[in-house]
Amino acid sequence: MLEARGVAVAYGARTVLEVDELAVRRGETLALIGPNGAGKSTLLRVLGLLERPARGEVRLDGQPVGWGRDLLRARRRFASVFQEPLLADTTVERNVGLGLALRRVPGPALRRRSAHWMDRLGIGGLAGRPVRTLSGGEAQRTSLARAFAIEPDVLLLDEPFSALDAPTREELLRDLQRILRDAAVTTVFVTHERAEALRLGDRVGVVLDGRVAQLAAPEVVFGRPATPGVARFVGVENLLPGRVAVADDGLVTVDTGRLRIRAPGDEPVGRRVLVCVRPEDVVLGTAEGRPTRDSALNHFFGRVADLVPAGIQVRVQVECGDSLVALVTRHSVQELALTPGTPVKVSFKASAIHLIEREKAGGR
Amino acid sequence: MPRWTRARALGLAAALVAALAWSAGPAPATAQTPSRVVILSTTTSTQDSGLLDVLVPMFEKQTGYSVKTIAVGTGQALALAARGEADVSLCHAPALEKKYVAEGKILNRRLVMYNDFVLVGPAEDPARVRGLASAVEALERIAETQSRFVSRGDRSGTHLLELELWKQAGIAPRGTWYLESGQGMGQTLGIADERRAYTITDRATYLAFRKRVALPIMVERDRPLLNIYSVMEVNPANGPRVNRAGGKAFAEFMLAPETQAVIKAFGVDRYGQPLFVPIAGATSGAQVGG
Amino acid sequence: MALIWEGLRRAVGLLVGLDREVLGITWLSLQVAGASTALALLLGIPLGSAIALTRFPGRGLVISLVNTGMGLPPVVVGLFVSILLWRSGPLGSLELLYTPTAIVIAQLVIAAPIVTGLTLAAVQQIPARFRLQMLALGASRGQLLWLLLREARLPMLAAVMAGFGGVISEIGASMMVGGNIRGQTRVLTTATVMETAKGSFDVAIALSLILLALTFLVNYLLTAIQQRRRPA
Repeated sequence: MLEARGVAVAYGARTVLEVDELAVRRGETLALIGPNGAGKSTLLRVLGLLERPARGEVRLDGQPVGWGRDLLRARRRFASVFQEPLLADTTVERNVGLGLALRRVPGPALRRRSAHWMDRLGIGGLAGRPVRTLSGGEAQRTSLARAFAIEPDVLLLDEPFSALDAPTREELLRDLQRILRDAAVTTVFVTHERAEALRLGDRVGVVLDGRVAQLAAPEVVFGRPATPGVARFVGVENLLPGRVAVADDGLVTVDTGRLRIRAPGDEPVGRRVLVCVRPEDVVLGTAEGRPTRDSALNHFFGRVADLVPAGIQVRVQVECGDSLVALVTRHSVQELALTPGTPVKVSFKASAIHLIEREKAGGR
Repeated sequence: MPRWTRARALGLAAALVAALAWSAGPAPATAQTPSRVVILSTTTSTQDSGLLDVLVPMFEKQTGYSVKTIAVGTGQALALAARGEADVSLCHAPALEKKYVAEGKILNRRLVMYNDFVLVGPAEDPARVRGLASAVEALERIAETQSRFVSRGDRSGTHLLELELWKQAGIAPRGTWYLESGQGMGQTLGIADERRAYTITDRATYLAFRKRVALPIMVERDRPLLNIYSVMEVNPANGPRVNRAGGKAFAEFMLAPETQAVIKAFGVDRYGQPLFVPIAGATSGAQVGG
Repeated sequence: MALIWEGLRRAVGLLVGLDREVLGITWLSLQVAGASTALALLLGIPLGSAIALTRFPGRGLVISLVNTGMGLPPVVVGLFVSILLWRSGPLGSLELLYTPTAIVIAQLVIAAPIVTGLTLAAVQQIPARFRLQMLALGASRGQLLWLLLREARLPMLAAVMAGFGGVISEIGASMMVGGNIRGQTRVLTTATVMETAKGSFDVAIALSLILLALTFLVNYLLTAIQQRRRPA
C-alpha cells in the first residue's frame, strides 16, 4: 500500500539514497536494516513524507502523493516513533493524545483512545506525570502510545530501542511484537540490530550505501544473501571467492585455489562464485586423522590462528589454506583445548553453504 | 478540558491588552481637533517654577484651547519654534530671542515678566565677593582667585546670561576651577553645594532648593542679573500646521491684565515673596533696567 | 535615609489618598507600557519564530540587526521617532507628537527587538528533531508553531518580562515624543525626573517607589505563571 518509486535523495553533491522500487504490503512489518549512514532513516523519512526526494515519487494506495495541498492529509495517515522519545514538555497523557489533538479528534474519543493505548503500553499509571520525570523506557513507551493512539495506516519506527539498555529493550521489543501482531498495522521498522529485524520483520530489507541491496523474507536474507555486502552485514563472515570446478547434478565443487568445497548449486563450470558460510555453521574437531561420523561433506585441517571471546561464545579463526571463522561455545574450546597454534579440523555441511555469483568486475 | 480554559484565558488577556492599547489612544478629555491644540515651547526652569501649572489651565478654561507645554532647554525651545514645531514660545534669553526675531522666525516678541538671578556660593566665601554690588566684579574676583565656579554649560537662559557677564568682565573662563555641569539648575546647585563652589541661579530655583543646599546669596539685585521673560509667536511660514490663531491667543493671554495679576501674586504663599514681576507693556529690558 | 522614608510615607499618602494626579500618571504609565509590550509581542513573536524556523539569504545579518536592536538607547529611539512625528516630518499630518500614542510607538520600537530576539533564541533552542517529530505526528505549519512556542514558554515569558521592564522604566523616548505634558503624557519616569529637577525629592522618591512597586507586581504575576508548572 506504500511505495517508493525512482526515489533519489542528495545532500549537496552526494547522493545518499537511490531506490528504484520499494513496495510495502498492507499489514506487513518491513524491517530495514543496514550499517550506520546507509540511508535507512532517510528512506524512512521519504516514505513518511517528511523529506522530499530530489527525484521520484511516493505512492499511497497506488496514488502518488504530491508535495502540495494533499501533503498534510497524506502525512496524517502515518505515525512515527524515533530513537529519542521527543515528548512535549507536559504530562504523559497530553503527549499520548497529541496526535489526536492535532487531528481535532473530539475530547471524549481522544481521552478514550489515549487511555486505551497507555494501558496497552503499560504506562496507564503514569498519565498525570510530567515527562521530565520519566525513565528512558517509560518515555519511549509514551512515544509509542502516542503513535498507536493515532491508529495510523502506516507506522514508522526509526531505531526506537537503540537508546535503551538491553533489558528495557528486550521488554519493549516483546510488547511491541505482541501489539503489532494484534493490531496488524502496516509497519516500517528501521534498526541496525539484526536480531530485532529477524524477530519483528515479515520481510527484511538490507540498505547498503543508499541502495536496497536485498528485500525478502528474513530466512532468505539471512540464509541466502544476494550480495557479498548483504552477506557480510547479516553475519556471514566466511566469504571465499572461487570458481566452479565440477558441476554434478545439483552439487558443485568450488575451487578457491587452496580448498575444494562441495556445495549445492547448479552453476556451470567455470562460473566465478563466492562461497558463504556462517561461522555458526562451522564445526571444529580434533585434528587426528580418524574418520568422523558426522555427515559434513567438507573437512579441512588447519591451525588455530586466533581466539576472540564473543559473549558466551568464542570466535575462532582457523588457517587452513583459506582463513575460516567458526563460532563455538566456550565449552567446546575447553574440550578441544584450543589455543593459537593448535591443529584443528574444520568441517561444515554442504547445505550450510550459500553461493553468490560474482560479476566480472567484482561485486560489492 | 484544560486546553479550552487556557485558550479562553489567553483570549481574555488579549482582549484586556487590546482595551489598554485602545484607551491609550490619542484623545484625552479636552478637545483635540487639530486647530484647538496649541503647542507652547518653554524652558524647564519656567515650568519648574510652577507658574504654568496655574496659568495654562486658566487659559484653557477661558479659550477652550488645549495647550501642550513642551519644557526643554532654551536652545531647543527656540529651535522648535523656528521649525514651526511650536505655536508660541515663552523664554528668557533675550539675546538669542532677538537673533530669531531678526531672522523672522519669531513674530511679536513681547515682554511678559521678569525674575532675577543671584550669585550664590559657599559660606566661607574664598573670593571675598559677598555683598558686592556688581556681579561682573564678583566674577572677576572669582576668576582671579580661581575659586571653584559651576556653570550650567547647556546654552540655557541661565547659561547665556552667565556667559554675557563673563564677556563684560573680559574673561574667558577656563581651568580646573570652572566646572560645567551640562544639567538643570537643581542639579547644578547640588554640584555647587558638593564642591563648595559659586554659581549663578534664578531666584525661583534658589528659593525651592534653599533648605537643601548651604549656599547663601553673595550678590543680588544688580541690573545684569535680571531675567526677562518674553512671549513670542511663531511665524506660520516656519513650518506646516502652525496654529497661528492659537499662538496669538496665548500670547495675548499672557499679557492680559488678569493674567498679569496672577503672575504678580504667584509664589507669595509658598516662599513669602513673589517669584516674578509682571511687565507687560514694557518694550525693552532697559525699561526695567536690564 | 530619612529622605527615602519620607518618600515612602509620601507615596503611601498619595496612593491611599487617591491623589488624582498620581493615579492618573500611574495609570497612564501602565497603559502605555502595557500597550507597547502587547504590540511588541504581536509583532515580535511571529517575527522571531519565522527567523528561527526558516532559512533565507541574509539570515545572519537579520539576526545581528535584531540583537543590536535589543540594545537601542531609548533616547535615540525617541529622537528619531520625534523627527518622524514632527509637523514638518513625514508623519506630521497624523498629529501624534506629544500624545500617548507617540509614546506607545516609540516604546514599541524599543520593545519589539527585545521580544523578537528572545523569541528567536527560545525557538532555536528546541532541537530540530523535535520539529521533525511534530511534523511526523501530523502537525500543520500553524500547529507546529503553536507547539514550538508552547515548548519554549519559559524563555518566552522571560521575553515578555524583559519587554515590559524595558519600556516601563525608560524615560528618554517618553520625554522626547511625549513631552511630559501634565494630564496628557506625563508618566512615572518623566514625572520623577521632573520632580527631581525641581528639587521635590520626596515626591520624586514617592513616584520612584510607585514605579518599582508597579514593575514588581507585574513581574511577580508573570513569574508566577512562568514557574507554575515545574515539578517540585
